[in-house]
Amino acid sequence: MLYATFINAKARMQPPIVLLIPLSASNPHRLPSTVARDDEHLLVAAAKRGDTHAFEELVNRYEAKIFRLTMNITRNREDAEDAMQDAFLKSYAHLKNFQEDSRFYTWLVRIAANEALMRLRKRRPNQFSLDEPVEGDEDLMPRELEDWGPSPEQRFAQTEMHEILSEVIDKLEPDFRVVFVLRDVEELSTEETAKALGISIPAVKSRLLRARLKLRQKLDRYFRRGATN
Amino acid sequence: MNCKGVIREISDYIDGELDLLAKQELERHLEDCEDCKMVVDQTRLTVEIFCDSKPVELPTDVKSRLHDALRRKLHEKSN
Repeated sequence: MLYATFINAKARMQPPIVLLIPLSASNPHRLPSTVARDDEHLLVAAAKRGDTHAFEELVNRYEAKIFRLTMNITRNREDAEDAMQDAFLKSYAHLKNFQEDSRFYTWLVRIAANEALMRLRKRRPNQFSLDEPVEGDEDLMPRELEDWGPSPEQRFAQTEMHEILSEVIDKLEPDFRVVFVLRDVEELSTEETAKALGISIPAVKSRLLRARLKLRQKLDRYFRRGATN
Repeated sequence: MNCKGVIREISDYIDGELDLLAKQELERHLEDCEDCKMVVDQTRLTVEIFCDSKPVELPTDVKSRLHDALRRKLHEKSN
């Protein structure tokens, strides 16, 4: 309690950096972003001083991305929501321990990925293990290649593309999916991905290669020239 | 470098992480192998499409529950 009082007293000495514009009446949860994207460290510093509005701004900024991440890993809406919620609550509870040697977002992604993985392991205990070695090269060679024709991004409407991506990623084995999502969707580095998942760098690279090739193969059915959309 | 070698290195090649010698070897192979060129291009496009995909807006009910939980936690901590 004393600790909380101290934080609040300290917070009062610092001007809050986001509550310059009143909350929207139509959406009371939404705090307007009054600052540019590269102000993340200012928001984190303010949140560490106890400015709850600054933390709420960080949540507003990243909630959709974190939900996409937890959804991509768990492929289960209930688990994804729980994982997202716990990730934000834990990041708030442990904010003081965040050393700022990486972006706050990267740190948050690691927490959210772990929350999502925990739920995935619970739901599919026999289907998911990052400890298992990946198979050999034999099955990697693509077969029946065909030109994809004009840019798929122009051929498909955004919602249709979302459905296609969701369907193909859903069919990817979880241990490949997790690595792909962290590396290619969240754009973590190989080292950050290895650290987040507690696996070696060669293991990340090996799974990423397979994930990419498998996804290419799955997308082929939608994107190949003459495919019925 | 043969086709199998290209497939093995495709990820590092796309990420620009191949050393110069391996990169040159791979690109020499691509000049003569239409199939490998297609796989490289399509794999690169696969990565780009996922990387560029925008997150869909958080469903209202999910957002509302998140912020309720958050406010409870913030309130609890400030008391």
